[in-house]
Amino acid sequence: MSSNKNTPLGQRNLESMHNYATPIGRRILELVRNYAVPIMFIIICAVCIPLSGFSTSYLLNEIITRMGRNIFLILSLLIPIMSGMGLNFGMTLGAMAGQIALIFVTDWQIWGIPGVVLAMILSVPLSTLLGLMCGKLMNMAKGREMILGYMMNYFVGGLYQLVVLYFMASIIPIKHASIRLPRGFGIRTTVNLTNMRQCLDNELAILYNGVKIPVLNFIIIAALCLFIVWFRRTKLGQDMRAVGQDMDVAQAAGINVDRTRIISIIISTVFAGFGQIIYLQNIGNFPTYTAHSQIGMFCIAALLVGGASVEKASIGNVFLGVILFHTMFIVAPKAGVAITGDAMIGEYFRVFVSYGVITMALIMYEIKKRRARSQGGELLALAQKEGGAAS
Amino acid sequence: MRSIKKDFFGNQVLTDINFTLEAGQVLGLCGENGAGKSTLMKILFGMDVIRETGGYEGDIIINGEKAVFNTPFDALKAGIGMVHQEFSLIPGFTATENILLNREPQKKNVISQVFGERLNTLDYKEMDRRAATAIQKMGVEIDAKMVISSMPVGHKQFTEIARELSKDQLKLLILDEPTAVLTEKEAEALLDSIRAMAAQKISVIFITHRLHEILSVCDKVVVMRDGHVVRDVPTKETSVDDITRWMVGRDVQSAASRAEIKDEKADAKTVMSIKNLWVDMPGETVRNVSLDVRQGEILGIGGLAGQGKLGIPNGIMGLYEAGGTVVFDGQEIPLNNPRKCLDSSLAFVSEDRREVGLLLDETLEWNVAFPAMQIQNKFLKLLLGGLVKWRDEKAIHTVTQKYIDQLQIKCTSSKQKAKELSGGNQQKVCLAKAFALEPKFLFVSEPTRGIDVGAKALVLDALKQFNRESGVTVVMISSELEELRQTCDRIAIISGGQVSGILPAAASSEEFGTLMISKVV
Repeated sequence: MSSNKNTPLGQRNLESMHNYATPIGRRILELVRNYAVPIMFIIICAVCIPLSGFSTSYLLNEIITRMGRNIFLILSLLIPIMSGMGLNFGMTLGAMAGQIALIFVTDWQIWGIPGVVLAMILSVPLSTLLGLMCGKLMNMAKGREMILGYMMNYFVGGLYQLVVLYFMASIIPIKHASIRLPRGFGIRTTVNLTNMRQCLDNELAILYNGVKIPVLNFIIIAALCLFIVWFRRTKLGQDMRAVGQDMDVAQAAGINVDRTRIISIIISTVFAGFGQIIYLQNIGNFPTYTAHSQIGMFCIAALLVGGASVEKASIGNVFLGVILFHTMFIVAPKAGVAITGDAMIGEYFRVFVSYGVITMALIMYEIKKRRARSQGGELLALAQKEGGAAS
Repeated sequence: MRSIKKDFFGNQVLTDINFTLEAGQVLGLCGENGAGKSTLMKILFGMDVIRETGGYEGDIIINGEKAVFNTPFDALKAGIGMVHQEFSLIPGFTATENILLNREPQKKNVISQVFGERLNTLDYKEMDRRAATAIQKMGVEIDAKMVISSMPVGHKQFTEIARELSKDQLKLLILDEPTAVLTEKEAEALLDSIRAMAAQKISVIFITHRLHEILSVCDKVVVMRDGHVVRDVPTKETSVDDITRWMVGRDVQSAASRAEIKDEKADAKTVMSIKNLWVDMPGETVRNVSLDVRQGEILGIGGLAGQGKLGIPNGIMGLYEAGGTVVFDGQEIPLNNPRKCLDSSLAFVSEDRREVGLLLDETLEWNVAFPAMQIQNKFLKLLLGGLVKWRDEKAIHTVTQKYIDQLQIKCTSSKQKAKELSGGNQQKVCLAKAFALEPKFLFVSEPTRGIDVGAKALVLDALKQFNRESGVTVVMISSELEELRQTCDRIAIISGGQVSGILPAAASSEEFGTLMISKVV
């Protein structure tokens, strides 16, 4: 009965008229409009691959390695989108928790898979705490989750620096001098994970035609995908979908909206922590103070490249996005050399394309909302014209 | 319900409401807007608003026991279900998912044993079965697997009703204008399903503006007016005409005073002519309105809520998307462009004074002078040949003071902030703001909404005076017919987004009543 609810009565009446037969040309236009970003990337990749001159096996190898490295992180974004909280820029918080866990594990010299597992376990309480904080704040700023998450990165990033740069080895015990800064406290700018490097990737790895397939890694990813599919069918998942689509209705039905949203962010943050650990063990070292800073941005960009939007994303979007996004980065430097003679163009591309894609997705989201609104008017005018002709 | 009383901050909204309803009976509740139907239902359903505004007096007795509902959930537990005017459905869910929203049958699994019940998986088979029984109970065919957003309106309404029916303990179902959004055929199906529910011993309270529906399904009719139950009769003993008269009928004499002046303006020239206007305003859709406004008159626009009367000024002034032609003073006004409207000396006092009407955090002076300053460069001192514009604080102060005196705005000074004023006084500031523009044509939308009787008279008098003294044409939109009849020369009634008729203010209440419900959609 609240009069401020935004369900246009006119639109409601008109929705029934919405299912007019659409001509094929219009449907293609609609398709292009909805999948503009992936189509653009497919074209870029199609142009750049031959220009770069890489062999197929090299390309496949690279893409598969990067898929194993990155997909887990991107999957962590799906649950907040499901619960209507948009792209979780706050995933960076989980990444920081993962890094802190890795620093401890490195200090305790626990290597290989046990090290990775221990780091994951250690990251859970920290991620949960950060996720809880993030979720609570986001509940205070409903509808502004994305900008809040983005700003949280900088805020919590500052805390992370304080802890790692000043508290570690002064308050928090760090035994090994090799990871300490020469002045005695704080952590060196790079943490070396050589003994952990690609331990997940190499376990059970299969070499097929010169392409290394990190089986264990993919098993973990498959397990997470299954979890997400299963999760959607649980009561909590159903509640999240309800909350994501209409908070007021969900509240009226007795769902605890705030709590559900917080849980959603916590799950995302914890998975982002795991994802960051998988990502870093693959690379083999990480810059202590900057490893997390761009990760949210690139993951979100990759997801959007896969055709996701602010309110809708699937596992398919994640896979397509990773493949397209990384293919472009593999081939862009070489293609850049072929075209301009400068390899830096690839890195340059990476950054501006990421920001560009995110900007575009946000604008498209607004445009779509506005178009839905003006459609009501168009249909009204149409109905009137037809009514006038009939009378 | 027995002697229910309710007041909002001293405004008595409901007085001594008594009625009874037996199991399996269908009760039709009707009355004009503001008659108190919604408030009464909110009390019955234990809505938060009631408690927040100081509760109510009287007793609700269900099955011989006194019931006290603090939240809607209490009411639900006691077997009361309510279908609101606005749909409360999740657009991306199927009918089944919506029917069982937050009451889904679940299956336990290993993980949920560890992490708690919320990780139970849903039992889709059981969900389908329960949804199917609920739909069957209703006696209407809808596709349980269809997603809400692609459903026709009628099916959404049925889904909502099925949700209430799927609750096992349901004894009383309140339907608040369920047919308002339905086509004739769908409405017919709904009436059938109401009969089916009644046959299964579920009582129904059916609120509607379509009186013939009441006559066809209800066992008894309760007519409310101004917070009283004016009639409580079995349907068999009444007719549409009777109900209309009970709904609207007040003392017809009070309008006479205004009616005398009307004749002299009958041959005045048309100042604004609206042709085929449509406006896409949520909840107030306007369809194909054509209307001529005469120079110097006060034209009233009335009608029931949601029928589109508010859409007309909002559409013309460019606040909502609109189409059609509007000719003012011989010139066509481009739609969807508020600035152009204001430039051609049109002004608008919005019904939404807090959002559109006022700069709440600014002083009265600013509020009064701001539009005039923006649009007509009034109250500005031009320096350097007009390159730099300074506000003329003195002129602003004088003009604000003038309106404060004229409209008797109660405030500490003209520097007080607008948000600190009471509703009635805020409304007066909105008027002052429009007056300061010195327009040739003024739209006033719901000028008396939410203000007390004294302020009401003052606002209406100010409007009349403004009209008479400055010769400004005024179009006043109000849901209170009585107010329109006291103020206006002619009254156009909007029903179903269209003009259903224009009557002189002296016309009888029955005539207005008939027009109001003539095209209700």
